[in-house]
Amino acid sequence: MVEVLIYVAAGLAGGAFLLALARFVKGPTTADRVVAFDVLTIVAITGIVFAAMFEGRVIYLDVALVYALLSFLGVIVIARYVERKA
Amino acid sequence: MSTVMFVMSLLLACAMIASAYVALRGQSLSMAVLAAGAVSLFASVMFVLLAAPDVAMTEAAIGSGLTTFLFFFVMGRVKGGKDD
Amino acid sequence: MGAIIDIIGALLLVLGTAFLFLGGVGLHRMPDVFNRIQVGTKTTTLGTLLTLAGAACLHPDWSLKLLLIGLFLLFTNPLSSQVLARAAYRSGAKKMATMVTDQFGDEPGDRS
Repeated sequence: MVEVLIYVAAGLAGGAFLLALARFVKGPTTADRVVAFDVLTIVAITGIVFAAMFEGRVIYLDVALVYALLSFLGVIVIARYVERKA
Repeated sequence: MSTVMFVMSLLLACAMIASAYVALRGQSLSMAVLAAGAVSLFASVMFVLLAAPDVAMTEAAIGSGLTTFLFFFVMGRVKGGKDD
Repeated sequence: MGAIIDIIGALLLVLGTAFLFLGGVGLHRMPDVFNRIQVGTKTTTLGTLLTLAGAACLHPDWSLKLLLIGLFLLFTNPLSSQVLARAAYRSGAKKMATMVTDQFGDEPGDRS
């Protein structure tokens, strides 16, 4: 029961990853692509948590911690750049 | 390596190829820099799946964070040239 | 006792990733940039927090680190959403056809 539910959850996260990736490739404006990049980063954090659960190693969560800090920085920098250029 | 990890790394490889395509064929310069940062992000998650969390942390801090920041800082400073 | 907490944690995982999946669907179905910013940040915040709660139920000894990740997400995600919406507004999305009202542009004076 629990195993099946965890597999279903991993499949749903993979679907979200694919949808956000399609928006990242297709997106007409720059803002669309930055939003898709943000969603991709957060789904990647979820994927790292899943990898830590499958392998059973707590050290993987440190990478997710670094990501939670750094995704914010990238989005802020590109938003400032787009805003100043306009 | 279980089946789920295999599927996850396959998905990450497809994502790396797709964002490298965006970085090469995109119209604007800022999108190219952001897509290069995305390639670095997926490479870092791939390092986690390959059981190297310290390499993944370094790649996340340097490749995805500092390089993107530095590119946008310099692009804000440089005058002239074609923007988009 | 332990089995019940495991099932609750797995259900929380499914619920959180379902929210992430709905966010991915919403990125395709929403018509313009601001709706996509809304759907792309709100749903992913809630979905990731639920996923972290589910992981904390499945592995109770990881709770502190998962709580720290959730706290950082809770700090940084609304901030990036707001900065991104302002940049999209100022870089020309204000002239789009689907916009009904523009309360941000009505106020006089300069804002930084």
